[in-house]
Amino acid sequence: MTPPRPLYRLDRNDFGILLNILKEKGYLTVGPTRRDGAILYGALESVDDLPIGWTDEQEAGTYRLKCRDDDALFGYNVGPHSWKKYLFPSKTKLWSATKKGSGFEIDRETDTPPKYAFIGVRACELHAIQIQDKVFMGGTYQDPVHAGRRRDCLIIAVNCAQAANTCFCTSMQTGPKVDNGYDIVLTEIIDKARHYFVIEAGSDRGAAIVKKLPVSPVQQTDMDAAAACVENAEKQMGRKVDMTDIKDILTRNYDNKRWAELEKKCLACGNCTMACPTCFCSNVEDITDLGAEHAERWRSWGSCFTMDFSYIHGGSVRPSIGSRYRQWLMHKLATWLDQFGTSGCVGCGRCITWCPVGIDLTEEVKAICDNEEGDPSG
Amino acid sequence: MKETSQKPKLAVWKFASCDGCQLSLLNCEDELLAVADVIEIANFPEASREVIPGPYELSLVEGSITTPHDKARIQEVRRQSKFLVTIGACATAGGIQALRNFKDVNAFIDIVYAHPDYISSLATSSAIADHVPVDFELPGCPVNKQQLLEVIIAFLHDRKPNIPHHSVCIECKQRDTVCLAVTQDIPCLGPVTRAGCGAICPAFNRGCYGCFGPMETPNTESLADELRDKGMITEDLLRLFRTYNADSPAFKMESERHE
Ligand code: SF4
Ligand code: SF4
Ligand code: SF4
Ligand code: SF4
Repeated sequence: MTPPRPLYRLDRNDFGILLNILKEKGYLTVGPTRRDGAILYGALESVDDLPIGWTDEQEAGTYRLKCRDDDALFGYNVGPHSWKKYLFPSKTKLWSATKKGSGFEIDRETDTPPKYAFIGVRACELHAIQIQDKVFMGGTYQDPVHAGRRRDCLIIAVNCAQAANTCFCTSMQTGPKVDNGYDIVLTEIIDKARHYFVIEAGSDRGAAIVKKLPVSPVQQTDMDAAAACVENAEKQMGRKVDMTDIKDILTRNYDNKRWAELEKKCLACGNCTMACPTCFCSNVEDITDLGAEHAERWRSWGSCFTMDFSYIHGGSVRPSIGSRYRQWLMHKLATWLDQFGTSGCVGCGRCITWCPVGIDLTEEVKAICDNEEGDPSG
Repeated sequence: MKETSQKPKLAVWKFASCDGCQLSLLNCEDELLAVADVIEIANFPEASREVIPGPYELSLVEGSITTPHDKARIQEVRRQSKFLVTIGACATAGGIQALRNFKDVNAFIDIVYAHPDYISSLATSSAIADHVPVDFELPGCPVNKQQLLEVIIAFLHDRKPNIPHHSVCIECKQRDTVCLAVTQDIPCLGPVTRAGCGAICPAFNRGCYGCFGPMETPNTESLADELRDKGMITEDLLRLFRTYNADSPAFKMESERHE
């Protein structure tokens, strides 16, 4: 184990210096910014691009921006789209081919991503990134797109000081405190007298950046204030879900009548899978041009809510919406464990907020656990 | 002797429609030149009056069947065509003019025309597939030009067209649009509507109005319940489902629930 690195204080007014250092080092700085009535990730040119003084209010199927009564830079929770959009782009050209004589020549598309610095990554999101690392890079074959984008990506995480109504990271043991996988972690502290960050490096890369910042040593009171922030987030956790034996419970409840309720309610629109930071499924399509001279292979985000997803000769394996919702929930919470050794859910609550009819996974799990129908003995 | 150099013939047919889908094809300007390189455009009323006789490799049919004459003509088009593809909401679902299916057409004729006896019209506006077998249906009002090209290319090369049947929401999320149903309670038919437009309306802060018709497994009832909970009145719910694809079975059934 590496010894803990020292903690420092960074004044709010010096936050811009951090952005400048990152830019000087050739990073494309991306982070939270306000657009179209939400806080989502985009390019950050300066501190002013951050959602200063804004927060979000989330419930199943609703999201609203609200003004805060302070000037917090990170005083909100997770927004509609995760970092997945940078590490696993929604559309990627994988390769193309051009006719040459009687055969064809393949052009390997090489992804040339910018060097990203992600600013404001939350604990649950960092877990989600690590889960996707396993998915895309953990096996025999590595996904070059994800691996290439991840290689130089710098992570500046933020501890949550508040939680949304839809958050349940404590239940999933993924937050609200950032525990590993970061280059730098910040805790934003606003009290009557001061607005500052407790800053800690988590890697050599991060330490080199912190070294260049006008930081000062932390006092015990700063550490206490930082701990209080995280405690506050824990206290505010809007949802919880009991994950004890969840895999066994779901597995023996294939015929639970809750699935029929979901058949009625779920739209199979796929929003939950698109918004989910761990969902990794994709659809691969070949396109050709008119003269059959040129072909391209494209990959785009897929979803188990579509009929195509389980289409085999003769039709879809999961024609009913209920069976598709069941597949989704089973994969997230049960079969993901077999596949990757972790849960597929980090408790970010996006699937709850961004479901147009407000279907809530925590409620569904509870309903199934409380009304087991299958033979519990197996 | 078989003429090997002969290019396959493409024909475009118009029935009751606004010509918007044909215009989508005309809009393919650059691509059209490439199209003309590999296929002979044998009939395309929006582009040229010249009609080259069939049979045709591929017929694109725009418009719905609204008159006895249409009814006979579509049979002839089918006979002449190896592949028949409907383009647009009219040909695929009867179009906006299928609103008359919910009313008495003769009553309209009496009000609108000075000499109703000159008018020969069917009681309904119906989709092409109600009259002849159709090889592929491309929805949209109008169709998306990229999708139209994809269908033409796929049929020429004997492969399945890459045309999704899932919801608009998937395209909406893929292009990074913030969901306006969730952030602003704007009524949006995206979850029950078939993708293909590229989720244009939500990108311009307007709810999807369903011009591509129902997606593969449209749960209109659940969406309508949600919209009602958010304050939409019955009359508006009826209107929401009764537009360009009013006669598609899923939207029709939903609008009838709100009559
Ligand atoms: S399943 Fe829902 S709560 Fe869990 S990680 Fe995905 S979006 Fe977040
Ligand atoms: S829940 Fe569905 S879309 Fe998400 S990873 Fe699993 S199968 Fe893929
Ligand atoms: S759970 Fe909600 S977001 Fe997911 S497919 Fe069903 S309706 Fe859409
Ligand atoms: S704006 Fe409409 S189409 Fe887009 S995700 Fe929301 S409900 Fe779906």
